[in-house]
Amino acid sequence: MLVSLNWLKQYVDIDGIAAEELAEKITRSGIEVDAVIDRAKGMTNVVVGYVVSKEKHPDADKLNVCQVEVGEGDIRQIICGAPNVDAGQKVIVALPGARLPGGVKIKKAKMRGQESNGMICALQELGVEGRVVPKAYADGIYVLPEDAVPGSDALELIGLRDTVLELGLTPNRSDALSMLGVAYEVAAILSQEVKLPEISYHTVSEKAEDYIKVRVEAKENPLYAAKVVKNVKIAESPLWLQHYLMAAGVRPHNNVVDITNYILMEYGQPLHAFDYDSLKSNEILVRLANEGEKIVTLDEQERTLKAHNLVITNGEVPVAIAGVMGGANSEVTSETTTVVIEAAYFEGYSVRRTSKELGLRSDSSARFEKGVDPNRVLLAGERAAQLLAEIAGGEVLEGTVLVDDLDKSPARVVVSPDFINNRLGMKISLEDMLSILNRLQFDVEAANGLLIIDAPTRRQDIKIEEDIVEEIARLYGYDEIPMTLPEGNDQIGGLTPYQAKRRVARNVMEGAGLYQAVTYSLTSDELAQKFALKAEDTTRLLMPMSEERSTLRQSLIPHLVDAASYNVARKADSVALYEIGSVFLGKTAEELPYEEEHLALVVSGKWVDNAWQGEKLAVDFFVAKGIVESLFEKLGLTERLSFEKTAVDGLHPGQTAAILLDGEKVGIIGGLHPAERKKYDLKDTFVAEINLNAILTAEVKELVYTSVPRFPAMTRDIALELERSKPAGEIIEIIRNAGTKLLKEVKVFDVYEGDKMEAGKKSVAFSLTYFDPERTLTDDEVVSAHNKVLKALTEAGAELR
Amino acid sequence: MEQQLKQLEQEALAKLQAASNLKELNEVRVAYLGKKGPITDLLKGMGKLSPEERPKMGALVNAVRENVTAQLEEKVTVLEEQAIQEQLEKESIDVTLPGRKVRQGNRHPLTRVIEEIEDLFVSMGYEIAEGPEVEKDYYNFEALNLPKGHPARDMQDTFYITEETLLRTHTSPVQARTMEKKKGEPIRIICPGKVFRRDNDDATHSHQFMQIEGLVIGENIRMSDLKGTLDALAKKMFGDDREIRLRPSFFPFTEPSVEMDISCFKCGGKGCNVCKHTGWIEILGAGMVHPNVLEMAGYDSKKVSGFAFGIGAERIAMLKYGVDDIRHFYTNDSRFLSQFHRTEG
Ligand SMILES: [Zn+2]
Repeated sequence: MLVSLNWLKQYVDIDGIAAEELAEKITRSGIEVDAVIDRAKGMTNVVVGYVVSKEKHPDADKLNVCQVEVGEGDIRQIICGAPNVDAGQKVIVALPGARLPGGVKIKKAKMRGQESNGMICALQELGVEGRVVPKAYADGIYVLPEDAVPGSDALELIGLRDTVLELGLTPNRSDALSMLGVAYEVAAILSQEVKLPEISYHTVSEKAEDYIKVRVEAKENPLYAAKVVKNVKIAESPLWLQHYLMAAGVRPHNNVVDITNYILMEYGQPLHAFDYDSLKSNEILVRLANEGEKIVTLDEQERTLKAHNLVITNGEVPVAIAGVMGGANSEVTSETTTVVIEAAYFEGYSVRRTSKELGLRSDSSARFEKGVDPNRVLLAGERAAQLLAEIAGGEVLEGTVLVDDLDKSPARVVVSPDFINNRLGMKISLEDMLSILNRLQFDVEAANGLLIIDAPTRRQDIKIEEDIVEEIARLYGYDEIPMTLPEGNDQIGGLTPYQAKRRVARNVMEGAGLYQAVTYSLTSDELAQKFALKAEDTTRLLMPMSEERSTLRQSLIPHLVDAASYNVARKADSVALYEIGSVFLGKTAEELPYEEEHLALVVSGKWVDNAWQGEKLAVDFFVAKGIVESLFEKLGLTERLSFEKTAVDGLHPGQTAAILLDGEKVGIIGGLHPAERKKYDLKDTFVAEINLNAILTAEVKELVYTSVPRFPAMTRDIALELERSKPAGEIIEIIRNAGTKLLKEVKVFDVYEGDKMEAGKKSVAFSLTYFDPERTLTDDEVVSAHNKVLKALTEAGAELR
Repeated sequence: MEQQLKQLEQEALAKLQAASNLKELNEVRVAYLGKKGPITDLLKGMGKLSPEERPKMGALVNAVRENVTAQLEEKVTVLEEQAIQEQLEKESIDVTLPGRKVRQGNRHPLTRVIEEIEDLFVSMGYEIAEGPEVEKDYYNFEALNLPKGHPARDMQDTFYITEETLLRTHTSPVQARTMEKKKGEPIRIICPGKVFRRDNDDATHSHQFMQIEGLVIGENIRMSDLKGTLDALAKKMFGDDREIRLRPSFFPFTEPSVEMDISCFKCGGKGCNVCKHTGWIEILGAGMVHPNVLEMAGYDSKKVSGFAFGIGAERIAMLKYGVDDIRHFYTNDSRFLSQFHRTEG
């Protein structure tokens, strides 16, 4: 909503308050002022000029040489390229030295050899938005009325000596979608009175009802009023009216249309003017459209209607889509002499639906959608009759043709001052409350410790006690509210064990050198199930904005690999990222996908790079695995963790494992398949993804201390020759099972495949630690335990080296 | 013999002085003081002397012996010192060369902001509530006083999955679910999480972002409690000298509704680019829980009241760290992420 302060002054006294200060007050008490626009800002030396003569430029077809009087006897030669400039016009002249919006500075100049002492201006050159400039002047200079005085201030004459407040209205404050509504708000803030327009006009003896009948056959239209004005002379509106409209962001057309728009802005009540003769009927019938019925609207588009769209008809065919747009068949034109003014109340939900379906949002539909003031509908019709008589020379017919079934009673709210103070944590006196409600022009009566309030119908947002709390608080001032903290809390705050462990998981990842990434949950259909631990039915948006973001993901890996690729493309030689986020699987009983929290990681490129010491190491499977093992270790799950070779699409078939917790698959880990690496332009890259829900909710034993060993441990090494494909993990299992309770630890300390080995074989060396917490072991005891291990290994077919 | 002794002493001392390392010195020691050395020989040859001469000569030999031994030990100390010096010299390094760094990652800046806020509220007795990102229309809208067809639904353009399910547009559905679950009991929670809106991604919009909402319900929860709580939040996130102000606003789920501004942390309120020359920066929306919301969740709005607030983690992070483009948070450029490593304050 754009509020011209010149216009606002017609209704409320704001003299003596700077625009900025007023804006601040309005913002602080309820309606945000997004901008304060000084329309003449920085403009100087712009005056009225009289074009004494116009001749073609001798050397330029499109230019004219004009002699322009810019003050008594002060005639200057100005070159003008506008197609509509002509001798005898009063125009706007920017003199040399003038400053115009956009940093334009006017100087004396020569144009194709002819001197030019200024510029004849179009409105756009003075900062007026092109879309609101009257069509006649849209592509040329603006022509002033004949009585304009050369040399006088042109900005004053065209209404630019004005400040406009741009209001950012929240949906509840549709009352401020009108100048009067804003006037009430400002009056309440400043403790001023509102001066309402005085409505009076003469009528002729003919009766409106003899010209037109109104019938309403739809509940979506509880009030329809028609006024008839004849002998209207269609013309341009007076300047003041045009300037108010332009300041409000509305393009002037002709006096009849401008008057309806003016009242739309003044009262917030949309009106529509029909050309009476084009209606070709003396009846208005409001009804729901027939399915498939067609109408050509004012914008010359043919619209096909649905059975729930409300239309105004002449008894036969639609002549307007109620509250949305008029029909071309009944449009007011320059030939119009008799107009029918429609002032109606259309239900918001109906207008909202129709305007949305047709893609027709207008100043009118916006106001109907939010609910207009029931008590202003008829007033607006009267105001239109008055202005048509005053401005367009019309003769108003007696009476209003009316169908009225609209509830116009105010909303009653009963609230106690204590309730208000308790809600706010304040102690506002009853007098102060009454004073605020009076300033708002709410009807209020204090009785039996209660405030009985009838809110004016323009304030459709006032319905319940809490609404009164807000009104009191905002006008009393939110700065006055003290600062306290909630009392009477017996809840001990904290993280749930899950939340605490999730933070631990983050710490482990970061301690291992990984940065936390956050990627998008939406992905393409194609990637949604890629790398998924368990692919289930996907969840797809009804109307995606793009195919790339159409489906919820079932694995975090694809976007992490994307991120790795992004970094490598920007010359990162090492990438290490992890992410914790939900994946979306199948459907629960609630019709929602099952959301499982996962942790995924990607490592790519160099891992160790201590350049000057010559230590460089690329990532490999075991870097990624080590990070996963660290996480399980931190969570107390080391002994329940195992890995099993597996295959996953997109991962290297020889470097991929399932991550198992108690033998159940809870994750995958592997090298990116060479084909994928090529696609993403990545070097060695390893990924892992773990079902975090599963591992963070796994029950773990209480942490209990075991005594620090007081007796020495003994170690024995074993080197085995194995088939290359034999997993070392299996051997460790055999050793563990055979090693009695004295065996405390089994470590792999060397793996060798190469020249010294037979093809297809490898050598793996293990170091075994034996130890008894109660005493020092004897050699014999260790030998005996170790022999059991060796025996088991031999039985399993392992070859000792 | 006495003369012979003096000569030996001179000789031994000269060799001793000439020794340049411990090995040579040891050779000198063996040569002169050893069992087969000349001084020992002299002692052995004393038997030939007269009984009167013996004690005199014995004292003389011992004196020489002691002198040589003392000087030898002195020399040992010097040479040992010298050897250590040489070792130190040899082992000295260029301490300005870079160390072997331990690889370290760090939290995403949004997580950093969220955890900071979580910690503040946990310290004030709040719990952290979480909920699904795919929600029912009921919890996302209807339970929050936004029935179907409500004009304010336009404020949050929504990704629908079916007519009845959607990607949550805020974390308020977690509040609605918590209220339903607590069945009239007091509540004190904050709800962090991912939310989604139908926006084209650009410098200031993101179709996915992070929110943290708070909800307190109980007997006699007042707007002053909201103001005090928000003040604590503002000071925690932007510094102890921040002031806050509330401005009236509108949200369907709160009444009264407010927006909170903080005094500009860059210019202190004088006006600068960060605060668009107003001295104030808009931070979050809040309000007193709308009675319809309480009633829908089974609370008696005559008996209890509550407040709620909602913060965009991106907005906080952008202001706090001066990040100029929201897309940075989702690009995961290491050069961006690694900047949020160190501690503050
Ligand atoms: Zn500032």
